[in-house]
Amino acid sequence: MTPGEPVLFVRDVTKRFGGLVAVDAVSFDVREHEVMGLIGPNGSGKSTTMNLISGALKATSGSIVLNGHELTRAKTFENARFGVSRTFQLVRILPGLSLSENVIAGGVFGHKRRWGREVTEFAESLLERVGLADKIGLSVDSLTYIDQKRLELARALAGEPEVLLLDEWLAGLNPTELRTGIDLIGSLRSEGRTIILVEHVMDAIRSLCDRCVVINSGRKIAEGTPVEVLSDAAVIRAYLGEG
Amino acid sequence: MDIVISGLLLGGSYALIAMGLNLQYGVARIMNLANGELLVLGALAAFWVFTTTGMSPLVTLFAVAILGFAGSWAVYRVFLVPLVRRSANQGQLEVDSILATFGMSFFLVGVMVSIHSEYFTYSFLASPVALLGTTVALNRLVAFCFAVLIGGGLYLWLNRTRAGLAVRAVAVSPEAAGLVGINVDRVSALAFAVGGMVTGVAGVLVSTFITLDASVGVIFTMKALIIVIMGGVGDIRGSIIAALILGMVESAVATLIDPGLTLASAYLIFLLILLFRPQGLFGRRAA
Amino acid sequence: MTQSNLLPLVLGVPIVAAAAVLPLLVDGYWLSVAVYVLMYTALSTSWALFSGPTRYIALSTGAFFGVGGYLVGTGMSDYEQSYWTMLVIAPIVATILAALIGLVTLRLSGVYFVIFTLGLAEMIRNLVSWVQNNFLGSRGLYVLTDLTEVHIYWMLLAITAAVFLFGWLLGRSRLGFALRILGNDEQVAQHVGIDTAQAKVILFMTTGFFAALVGAVVAPRYYYIEPNVVFSPELSFLVVIMALLGGIHRLWGPLLGVIPFTLLWEVITIYLPNATTMALGIAFLLIVYFIPHGVVGLAEKFLKRGEA
Repeated sequence: MTPGEPVLFVRDVTKRFGGLVAVDAVSFDVREHEVMGLIGPNGSGKSTTMNLISGALKATSGSIVLNGHELTRAKTFENARFGVSRTFQLVRILPGLSLSENVIAGGVFGHKRRWGREVTEFAESLLERVGLADKIGLSVDSLTYIDQKRLELARALAGEPEVLLLDEWLAGLNPTELRTGIDLIGSLRSEGRTIILVEHVMDAIRSLCDRCVVINSGRKIAEGTPVEVLSDAAVIRAYLGEG
Repeated sequence: MDIVISGLLLGGSYALIAMGLNLQYGVARIMNLANGELLVLGALAAFWVFTTTGMSPLVTLFAVAILGFAGSWAVYRVFLVPLVRRSANQGQLEVDSILATFGMSFFLVGVMVSIHSEYFTYSFLASPVALLGTTVALNRLVAFCFAVLIGGGLYLWLNRTRAGLAVRAVAVSPEAAGLVGINVDRVSALAFAVGGMVTGVAGVLVSTFITLDASVGVIFTMKALIIVIMGGVGDIRGSIIAALILGMVESAVATLIDPGLTLASAYLIFLLILLFRPQGLFGRRAA
Repeated sequence: MTQSNLLPLVLGVPIVAAAAVLPLLVDGYWLSVAVYVLMYTALSTSWALFSGPTRYIALSTGAFFGVGGYLVGTGMSDYEQSYWTMLVIAPIVATILAALIGLVTLRLSGVYFVIFTLGLAEMIRNLVSWVQNNFLGSRGLYVLTDLTEVHIYWMLLAITAAVFLFGWLLGRSRLGFALRILGNDEQVAQHVGIDTAQAKVILFMTTGFFAALVGAVVAPRYYYIEPNVVFSPELSFLVVIMALLGGIHRLWGPLLGVIPFTLLWEVITIYLPNATTMALGIAFLLIVYFIPHGVVGLAEKFLKRGEA
């Protein structure tokens, strides 16, 4: 689907931890139906930026606005209610709940609120969507790594988010799983979802992202299509170092 | 001025108690709710020795220090290491250590009640002394001086020795400390034991000028916890300053309003800290 | 999503009916044991509904219980109110107090909460004594009613049934689901849109409500309310130990802890009357170290091994 109007506005966002500036006056827009890649070398501030958008951290200054809602000073749960959903770098599924319940959790309190039979059926359709239909009765501990990631993704989708944040969702997968994973995100993209991806896997960036923002040492150093940014000299220098 | 002086003197002893708890919670990550009972044990020991043999509590102090150290080390190894092993994360360890030490505190109270069930106090250096224009009891002054000495020694140990450096490292981050080759288990045990030692010694000092009984430990635990949080967990300097502030506030409340409200005033301070600065005056991390 | 079905409700009715008939069959010693069991079942179940899922260890039961008993005493003695009026007022006051405490401490991590509640009973006791000594003159509050032990038994039975009903409804509700998620991972809970601070405070308020209600209801048994007796840190401790013994992750867990513990306690007070505190401490340690998931946990492990 072609990207529409911008829905998420990140303006001059800065995050300081004491003396350390992790994110330095970063600005970018994310348009509806677009897949935006947030890339950069390790430690550059990508995950911190994700955390600022999801509400896990609060920006020191600047503003983040989603569909007219000010996310910057809101509490974490309010970000979710305004339509932000995410997966975590280290998968965080809920061990004390069943598979269905893990997904249902995403659909009860957040952006779109469902309850009762409605949410159970919705959760089951999502489990099918992410490829876990045959695992529904199993306990959470018995899931493989990629299945845990699928579960977390289903939970994030349950809230029918305006913006879906995937924080290195493809990390730690073997080549076969990677292929499956990229296809899955690709199918989300065809549905028209608005996604922000933090990734290191270049294949994924190239095939999935409409646009990319490159962050290095907390600052945005490039913005454009994947082809454009990945051939940008400054970007190459950032990843490979000088010389 | 009276209030300030007597507050400072009281604060000195509080500082010692808080330093002990700070080592146990800030370093070994054990929320030791039995801390107050350990203090009362030290006090009871001093009382018993003084009333049966007449030996000065300042001498008993050394024996209590050694026993406090050894006993706390043993408690850590036997009771607390299994909890550290079985906890999946810091939060669970806190819950488990709270429950376990809560149980230990009841056990210790029971033991002490069976040894000596009434209030105990004794007269030691109870003569008045003129100080800076006001009169104070000599025993309070001596207790204060000892607290300063011991506190100072602890500060030097932490800041000038290798062992102390290791302890401070573990207080900041056990994971990082482990990565640089520090044996976190041993250092935690050491910190816990030193914490116990300091608390026991504080008990001896406090027994010279306060009347205690077996059940009063929980109040000391409360105050120590409030001081540790007020000063910032893991920060010794913070504990000292917070203890002095609490000492002065209590002294003021006892003199100007009513001695029965000292615990309530400590709570009020706690409330204010929780509302406005949960990480404490010098704290880097909220607990 | 829902933890239970209609079965507990169906089973509950005959159980409550049977329990209601009990006083007609026993009296004296065993009736007072039954009162004790009901009292602690109500208190520990209500406690576990909060501390179980959130893992915030509340040591505040003694404080709220005392508020209940004390308000009944002072309302009747100093302000000429009827017992029934105070029975309504006391839980409301305790709920407000719980809300205030919760708002301050529950948005922070569990340690602050535990510390605050640890000394709460003691602090309220000091405050109340001070107010009494300096402003109210009297030290003793008389609670004189026509209520017999049997009446109190029935009132406690009603309260216990209410706690269980509340627990059952909670298990089927969004709030209960929110608490389960919160207990698993608070950050995830916030990210799915749960106002975790609010959820914790609401549930904590219910523990204040029920504890004060129980305290108010049993006040007539004392006849004479003394702050030292009614604000008891030991009670907070007993509630926790019984809940842990039974198991805090199932609604009927604490009940399974109250009954054996009550019997054990009777034995201890008869044979070791001078060592009760010490025995309490040992019992607590044994439970924390060897039965951390309670009787329920042991039973479930046993059943799982049977299945495997």
